[in-house]
Amino acid sequence: MQKSVKVYSTATCPYCKMTKEFLAEKDVAFDDVDVGQNKEAAKEMVEKSGQMSVPVIDIDGEIIVGFDKKAITRELEK
Amino acid sequence: MKTQDLIIVGAGPAGITASVYAARKRMDFLVITKDVGGQTALSADIENYTGYKFITGPDLVEKFTEHLAQFDIDVREGETVTRVEKSDDTIEIDTESDNFRARTVIIASGRVPRELEVEDEKKYKHRGVTYCATCDAPFFADVDVAVIGGGNSGLDAVLQAIKIASKVYLIEIQPELRADPIMVEQAENSDKVTILTSTKVEKIYGDDFVEGITVSTEGEQRDLDVRGVLVEIGYDPVSDFVKGVKKNKFNEIAINCRCETNVPGIFAAGDVTDVYGKQIIVACGEGVKATLAAFEYLSKRSS
Repeated sequence: MQKSVKVYSTATCPYCKMTKEFLAEKDVAFDDVDVGQNKEAAKEMVEKSGQMSVPVIDIDGEIIVGFDKKAITRELEK
Repeated sequence: MKTQDLIIVGAGPAGITASVYAARKRMDFLVITKDVGGQTALSADIENYTGYKFITGPDLVEKFTEHLAQFDIDVREGETVTRVEKSDDTIEIDTESDNFRARTVIIASGRVPRELEVEDEKKYKHRGVTYCATCDAPFFADVDVAVIGGGNSGLDAVLQAIKIASKVYLIEIQPELRADPIMVEQAENSDKVTILTSTKVEKIYGDDFVEGITVSTEGEQRDLDVRGVLVEIGYDPVSDFVKGVKKNKFNEIAINCRCETNVPGIFAAGDVTDVYGKQIIVACGEGVKATLAAFEYLSKRSS
């Protein structure tokens, strides 16, 4: 079943861009949230991850902080 | 355990270029790296890499990886090397999860942002303290922030923060700012910016997130009520894991003009070394020299 994936990012963050490209390469559909534009989403991201750096990747409720290919792949394959 | 001809540690400009040359020479090698792109991936605008009048850091990294991907190279990404040491005739390479052996190694592990080394800095990392203004500045919308460091990268952070934060303190430990005058003027012309020179950060405080910093200016202490602390005070080479090689007082690996260290078989390239000019294009060239020197070293030994 397709997992629900959400990427919290900012427009200027290089690792966010790499994360999104990585997911696109793997044909994973995801919600792209720009926390620089959307303050509510920024608050939500800080609450979920307990910190304020991007990217944050939410895969079916599992939170990954940073462009961690191994953790993302592991969570997607679960 | 298999002994590789060559292991390249790091995949920034130096490591990637070294890999391209090693692949073209059909060397038997692998690359071990924490990430691909290194500091280049975090650079905003690059205007001094020949062939590109303008390119962003991430786009240049993409070009580098494209170039790398045309060869069938074994890249162990996401692995941190914990030890490189020569023992008898081979070089041992340990990572957090594996062990390798090689006849030659190229250290291209680069540099990382320097930390302030004040109380509770680690606790507040990514909880208000950031070392990547480019990445995290948007979190500081409509709050007060402090940028630490009056060099070009500090001023770059100030100019980014002006667009987002309500007030920006620029803290410099020296009596003068070192940044280019053109950037300093822009900062001075903004009514959001307060510049504090001869000022040292004593403490970061808060609860779950940063709520302020204590600074001292010539012995006089004051608290600044900031939610963000953007640290831009330079870089440290990632060289602690390399044992037995000579380093200078900045902890940079000492190399000669052939990228050789004092240990035969261990080569180093780019920002981790004492090379003059910490530039992307210099690092690329150094990576080339290291591979050519390692190749020659191996040919001499096998003949």
